[in-house]
Amino acid sequence: MSPSTLPLYTTPVQRMGHWALQIFCGAVLLFLIAPVLVVVPLAFNNEPYFHFPVHEYSLRWFRDLFTNPVWLHAIANSMITAVLATLLATALGTLAAVGLNHNNLPGKRLIMAVLVSPMIVPVVVLAVGSYFFFSKLGIANNLLGIVLVHAVLGMPFVVITVTATLGGFDMNLMRAARGLGASRFLAFRRVMLPIVWPGVLSGALFAFATSFDEVVVVLFLGGPEQTTLPRQMWTGLREQLAPTILSAAFMLILFAICMLLLLEWLRRRSVALRGVVE
Amino acid sequence: MAAISSLDLGQRLRKAERRGHLWAYALIAPLFIFVALSFLLPLGTVLLNSVYDPIIPDNLARTVRALGAWNGPRDQAPPEPVYAALAQDLKVAVQEQKAGSIANRLNIEESGLRTIFMRAARRVSSQEDGPWAPFFEAADPAWAQPAIWGTIRNLSSPTHALFFLSALDARRLPDGSVAAQPEDQRIHVTIYLRTLGVAFTVTLMCILLGFPLAYLLAHLRDKTANLLLILVLLPFWTSLLVRTTAWMVVLQKEGVVNSLLQALGLIAEPLPLVFNRFGVVTAMTHILLPFMILPMYSVMRQIPASYVRAARSLGASPTTAFLRVYLPQCVPGVGAGALLVFILALGYYITPALLGGSTDQMISYFVADNMGRSLNWGLASALAAILLAAVLVLYALYDRIAGPGNLKLG
Amino acid sequence: MFKKIHLSALTVVSAAVIAVLPSTGAAQQALTVASWGGAYTNSQVEAYHKPFTAKTGTKITSVDWGGTLGEISAQVKSGNVKWDVVDLEAAEALKGCEEGLLERIDPSKLPAGADGTPAAKDFSPGMVLPCAIGVITYSNIVAYDKAKMGANGPKTLEDFFNVTKFPGKRGLKKDPSVTLEWALMADGVAVADVYKVLSTPAGVDRAFKKLDAIKSSIVWWTAGAQPPQLLAAGEVVMTHAWHGRIVDANVKEKKDFAVMWDGQVQIPDLYAIIKGTKNLEAAQEFVRFASSSQPLADQAKYIPYAPTRNSSLALIPASNPNKAWLPNAGHPGRAMATNSQFWMENQDDLGKKFAAWLAK
Repeated sequence: MSPSTLPLYTTPVQRMGHWALQIFCGAVLLFLIAPVLVVVPLAFNNEPYFHFPVHEYSLRWFRDLFTNPVWLHAIANSMITAVLATLLATALGTLAAVGLNHNNLPGKRLIMAVLVSPMIVPVVVLAVGSYFFFSKLGIANNLLGIVLVHAVLGMPFVVITVTATLGGFDMNLMRAARGLGASRFLAFRRVMLPIVWPGVLSGALFAFATSFDEVVVVLFLGGPEQTTLPRQMWTGLREQLAPTILSAAFMLILFAICMLLLLEWLRRRSVALRGVVE
Repeated sequence: MAAISSLDLGQRLRKAERRGHLWAYALIAPLFIFVALSFLLPLGTVLLNSVYDPIIPDNLARTVRALGAWNGPRDQAPPEPVYAALAQDLKVAVQEQKAGSIANRLNIEESGLRTIFMRAARRVSSQEDGPWAPFFEAADPAWAQPAIWGTIRNLSSPTHALFFLSALDARRLPDGSVAAQPEDQRIHVTIYLRTLGVAFTVTLMCILLGFPLAYLLAHLRDKTANLLLILVLLPFWTSLLVRTTAWMVVLQKEGVVNSLLQALGLIAEPLPLVFNRFGVVTAMTHILLPFMILPMYSVMRQIPASYVRAARSLGASPTTAFLRVYLPQCVPGVGAGALLVFILALGYYITPALLGGSTDQMISYFVADNMGRSLNWGLASALAAILLAAVLVLYALYDRIAGPGNLKLG
Repeated sequence: MFKKIHLSALTVVSAAVIAVLPSTGAAQQALTVASWGGAYTNSQVEAYHKPFTAKTGTKITSVDWGGTLGEISAQVKSGNVKWDVVDLEAAEALKGCEEGLLERIDPSKLPAGADGTPAAKDFSPGMVLPCAIGVITYSNIVAYDKAKMGANGPKTLEDFFNVTKFPGKRGLKKDPSVTLEWALMADGVAVADVYKVLSTPAGVDRAFKKLDAIKSSIVWWTAGAQPPQLLAAGEVVMTHAWHGRIVDANVKEKKDFAVMWDGQVQIPDLYAIIKGTKNLEAAQEFVRFASSSQPLADQAKYIPYAPTRNSSLALIPASNPNKAWLPNAGHPGRAMATNSQFWMENQDDLGKKFAAWLAK
């Protein structure tokens, strides 16, 4: 990659263009990050207002978030749903990705397209359909319905990341294991998994984040007992009520930062394990 | 030991390959079954509900049969046996408390039918038997006219296209012909165009903002690029609701932008930046920008710098080198990113609902609205089906250009 | 690391949790009551829920809803009844009963008033319906911030529609009910003729035309808690509001909001039981309890809504400041009661027209 210092032979116009580009991109980056950061100080605002200036800082909204039974119930539901949906999506998605990794598999493209489609299809359509379908089965007013749909929504991420990881995986290792007498399952467990687990875990993190953030499906499929954190925030936003929403938002931003750090660490482990030169 | 002929080897290779493929399918199967149950079947249910509407054939069965037996022209009122059949059906409906839903269904087709139907339903238990035609006419003169019977006949089949007609701002008149909805009811086509327009605007903004940024990131040293990429990825992983809340805070009347502009003396009165189209487009651009930047970035990173250098060394100006050598190589990334952003923008519900005014709502809002408010599940399904069809067509196009496995997630 | 996590262990854990799942949806001895949120739900929690739980031990969960029959219909139609008792307006109660969405309530089981009057006579007329029992009457009024407008606030309903004399945004509920009546009244229709005019297509057009003149200045709200918020944030200069929420904002948040009573539309709230609820007995007991004299008088302590029982009025102490804020406490200007029969019959049509007008 070329260094960002300008070579000596650039003209003034080119120099201006270079700096203009940098300033423009700086503005875009600001556009991207500023709204997220703006929420942070407001979450600590002692007064119940959504606007600056902040006169006094306090933790009262955090106290409300973590003691109010309504919010605690929502957080608990979110955690349960996300964990179960992630387990389901990761298990099924990893298996499928391993299967799809086969060379020259007929229909691979079509299968991939179908498996990735939940990411593309508008959530409202799926939410409405799930509402109709699960109502008929009698599991609509239940966390189970939500878990199933969240797993479907998170699974494409698992399939994509694991497929990408397997792309850099040397299949000869598997052939060597099979040649030495290992069964398919043993080879998978003792040879493939220890190398690709960062990719699997990354996919699992994506699926977890998807489920944790999802609100439209919960709006349709969930009853008052199945309120999740985003659903509670949605209700609060529509009526513009307590700034507890902002403290919940802050916690979610922290969560996003942790996810990012974790994903970066996993990426490095994955690169190291697979011996890929990037 | 028998000699292994080359034919044998070929056969054995194919057999081994097939076994390998079967194993692969077996690994994919659990997920596929799960997707079929939790995804494909629900979507199928939506499609089904957009055409399957058995409320009239089920609840006015005798009436439907009598109308079918009579099969007279649409501009005439039916004879007594049809009225008698309707009376029977009404008596049963009142007992089963179904009269209201039938009335609602008729009312969706023609305003005012609810009142007419319910009036007859409330009185029907007071008369034991025939003649029924005068009874209905006394309840409401509309029963002696062919119009209401035309509407019932339109609904007599368990599957019909009335919901799709409604989703396209058309309707079936009592005489069976297709016509446009009354002027003040024609909203759906406007909504589609609005949805396409907003999605297109957002895609354009994302390209304008994202391309320079992706270009810069692709040309920086890896370490710097990774650091700056955090500024792209952090919003990407922040919850959608948090980002929408953030935009509410930033754009509201006493929000950050207005306060800043007022403090700088640029404006006297706060600008209306939210609960309108501006707020929706801005927030949607912000949310979808990472989906544009990441594919473009990954494509641009892989463009060898040597091509541009070669062009320059052959005498091209920097602009020419960029336009004729670099840009064409970016097209797959830009195309993939743009298409992805467009598809996602089409289906947006949360952001316009929270940040838009009443004239900014997109098609997903109307799907939800018809589900919850007006309880016209058929229309909601038809609108959803049209949205789904549009998305699938674009997705097929995306598949051609990029392939779903090429979705880079950073 | 991953090696140590056996797939078998994972499956066992998942299976165990999934087995536990179905019970997270079911409620034991508990009721879910859907109401309008904010200060109103608060008043119900204090005056009805807490005493009821103390008396019977049944836990009550409060849920907020938007008031449209569609939300109830969706539950009953799909077989997922999530709520047991619902607080709704008379038009919805009448319609819902006809459509089989609400359970029938036996009026003979209603307790007599605290002063001995039999229930049939104690309730105001039209408050005991086949499927719902009236609890309170509230009023739809125009509110403005006295701290900002002082003595120059709107005095009549025409002022609400006068953007030249009173520039700025107005808040209105995103609903044809009250909106259309106000449009006609401000256009010169007498209170007694409003529904007659509204029954004609020309009358409906007239109402929408009047609204068109101020459409760009309207901020639409959906939840009762929004109008005080809009006034406080300066988003609107005046707004349609439910009068109890304004009084509550003055008391709780020390605001100085004023109520302009001219053109007030009074609407009753009733409790109904959703058909197919799993807690029918408890729901019926709750409705009977909440609509008895003392709880109805108690709710006036928290919010100035008029009880539907005559015997409750006597139980409200004179020291209660809310007494001056009851809808019929002699306020100036026009007053009308909503015509529930009209709205029951025309909700769907006018709702469709309103949605189309909004979206343009």
